[in-house]
Amino acid sequence: MLAFLLRRVGQAILVMLTVGLIAFSLFRFVGDPVVYMGGQDATEAQRELWRRELGLDRPFFVQYWSFVKNAAHGEFGLSLRQVQPVSRLIADRLPATLELSFVAALLAVLAGIPMGIYTALRPRSWLSHALLAGSLAGVSLPTFLIGILLILVFSVTLGWLPSFGRGDVVQLGGWSTGFLTASGLKSLILPAITLGLFQMTLIQRLVRSEMLEVLRTDYIRFARARGLTDRAVHFRHALKNTLVPVITITGLQLGAIIAFAIITETVFQWPGMGLLFIQSVNFADVPVMAAYLCLVAAFFVLINLVVDLLYYAVDPRLRIETQ
Amino acid sequence: MKRIFILLALLLALPAQGTTLRWAAQNDILTFDPHSQNHTTTITLVMHVYESLTRYGKKYDIEPSLATDWKQISPTQWRFNLRKNVKFHDGTPFTADDVIFSYGRIKQPQGTMQIYVDGVKEVRRIDDHTVDFILAGPDPVLLRKLTDFRIMSKVWSEKNRAQNVQDAKAKEESYASRNANGTGAYILKGWEPDKRLVLAANPAWWDKREGNVTDVVYTPIKADATRVSALLAGDVDLVTDLPTQDVARLKQNAALKVLEGHEVRTIFIGLDQFNNELQYSDVKGKNPFKDVRVRRALNLAVDREAIKRVTMRGLSIPAAIMVAPGVHGHTAELDKVSGADPVAARKLLAEAGYPNGFEFTLDCPNNRYVNDEEICQALVGMWAKAGVRAKLNAIPFATHIPKILKHDTSAYMLGWGVATFDSLYTLQSLVRTQTTGADGSFNCGRVSDAKLDALIDAMKTELDVKKRDAMIREALVRVRDEAFYVPLHHQLRPWAMKKNVTTLHRADDRPEARFARVD
Repeated sequence: MLAFLLRRVGQAILVMLTVGLIAFSLFRFVGDPVVYMGGQDATEAQRELWRRELGLDRPFFVQYWSFVKNAAHGEFGLSLRQVQPVSRLIADRLPATLELSFVAALLAVLAGIPMGIYTALRPRSWLSHALLAGSLAGVSLPTFLIGILLILVFSVTLGWLPSFGRGDVVQLGGWSTGFLTASGLKSLILPAITLGLFQMTLIQRLVRSEMLEVLRTDYIRFARARGLTDRAVHFRHALKNTLVPVITITGLQLGAIIAFAIITETVFQWPGMGLLFIQSVNFADVPVMAAYLCLVAAFFVLINLVVDLLYYAVDPRLRIETQ
Repeated sequence: MKRIFILLALLLALPAQGTTLRWAAQNDILTFDPHSQNHTTTITLVMHVYESLTRYGKKYDIEPSLATDWKQISPTQWRFNLRKNVKFHDGTPFTADDVIFSYGRIKQPQGTMQIYVDGVKEVRRIDDHTVDFILAGPDPVLLRKLTDFRIMSKVWSEKNRAQNVQDAKAKEESYASRNANGTGAYILKGWEPDKRLVLAANPAWWDKREGNVTDVVYTPIKADATRVSALLAGDVDLVTDLPTQDVARLKQNAALKVLEGHEVRTIFIGLDQFNNELQYSDVKGKNPFKDVRVRRALNLAVDREAIKRVTMRGLSIPAAIMVAPGVHGHTAELDKVSGADPVAARKLLAEAGYPNGFEFTLDCPNNRYVNDEEICQALVGMWAKAGVRAKLNAIPFATHIPKILKHDTSAYMLGWGVATFDSLYTLQSLVRTQTTGADGSFNCGRVSDAKLDALIDAMKTELDVKKRDAMIREALVRVRDEAFYVPLHHQLRPWAMKKNVTTLHRADDRPEARFARVD
């Protein structure tokens, strides 16, 4: 078990270093931050000076190495766009993104699983057909379009919900939360639906197909032959076995939700990390982009690790094999 | 009767209701440090809080602000009398020391605002409310430049260790980048980056606000569709960065109004006129852009009205010269655009020795100006009619600019705004042969013309307005007739607002809350 953990941590570090390296080699294509720092009146001599002072003229690997060295100390430098510590910029935005992702994931699970069960158990009802057709739309419509459509209906036409932003937030220590105010909760609804819709339909379809598969197996047939109630057959025996792969996929999708928040945050001007990242790309703000990408990679690695461990705990066959 | 009196008394006793202006635009500010970033959005918000010695009036004429009056003691020495009894928002009085301190601060190399005191050698204290500006040479646009030289409190800056302009290579951020203490009409109440910036009226301001706005909530909204939706949903009162395709629809909305005005920014194409062999082209051994006939042909082939109608949906003023209306030196008669004539263009090209045209690459930004890439696409089509084959290379602005600054281009698009509202600014940066400083700083195609250089150098120091105006006119006409550039249009910048909002359109794209009313 310990060896397994150590091996995974070693792999995680390797993944992070690779992500950093790829990110750094891509940064050369986003342009020259010095252009934005100077505006139209800066002279070439000034820009040259900044480039030198910021170390942007050094060779690629030297820049990468100093980034890794500082990052290992938790030091990400100052944002070139806003001249504030990157770590604080990200810490300020992290709660917004995590709260949004959490609500979106919760929504996806709480709505997706029952819908999946229903469509599996009543495949011929009109509601199942409607749900399946709806889920097709959820999978195929791009996120920004869903967001804009929701804004059009619920903000512009009906005027029920705010069209952008996070509403009022309450500071709890270093964490700003929108859960405690009415406007904060209202502001959460549309972005959370936008962000969670894809995952919801994914879970719905996954549960449905897994469930249909399980319902065809022998032990379900034997359970029925024994005269168990439908309820016991469906929920105690079938659903439990369905959920193993669903848990795995849902866990992995959580990382995707955090990463995909970029688009939803841009559409709703949600002040999270995704919005910060998009604006940093426009400005070629390398320190912020590098820190963000490493953080997202860290999330993925961490979630993967937890999922692997869960799998290990849930599936007895894995334990037997390692013994 | 008595009851009515009581009611009236009660009404009068109520505190005056505050009026809030909720305003959304595309970008957030970069900092609140007034000497750090030469960035339009940043300056727009900063100038609500910090003031300069002079300021622009409604028609961009120079008005006294923190200086009440001035006179020239000699061509290189200006005396400014400072306004008395002005207090910074923290209560410290404004004196000559603050001007001298701010001059030292704006000159620091890590900032990008030095150009606004360019040519000022020294600021000398005469007494508490008098300073002398000593210049390196005569400067006819000094008062215009000083509108963007904002005054900070020396005492406050020293107390908060904000004597230095914020610095991206420093280890920590500067106090002045998030906190502010100016003398202006509004006080900074708070700024949460990418969320909102809140200003409140300064009750002790020396001047009177023309409008009734007591609170300003500025929200950056990045996505175009969301910004327009926020206005339609009534979540904001004023939107200043409008996507062109939405303007016509917003105009038809009964709850809104659209204020149309132009921006002092001219969009144009620059051409390499330096290399002996044109880069990224099929012409070998020579550079067609060195031939005035070719440059004229490129100008002739452009249908500016079509670009206005189709690409810009009416939101541009076709341009014949390199400065926009409102800039000193621009006249309608100089800026008269002739229609496109691809046949004549083809003839000119044949005369120049290119009967079958030639090929070159057009570098174009795709995220900076209104519909920049679409304009370039339209140009490619228009030039094709004259037989010139342009290949479009549309890239992000952050990559485009370093490329053209290195002269690594054969033709490029650029837009040029005019901070001083004077033609010299454009001529010096774009037309003057490149040397040091602002001379030719964005002359990316390396235009070099001895006659223009002499004219530009002379107008830098000519104090006789009539003589100087004649020089500006001569220079603008020469640039036009020699076709050193291909001007396309001056950008229009409509603002949309609710029906109950009244405000003054600003050609420098800097809305000012002191002019705004919400009824």
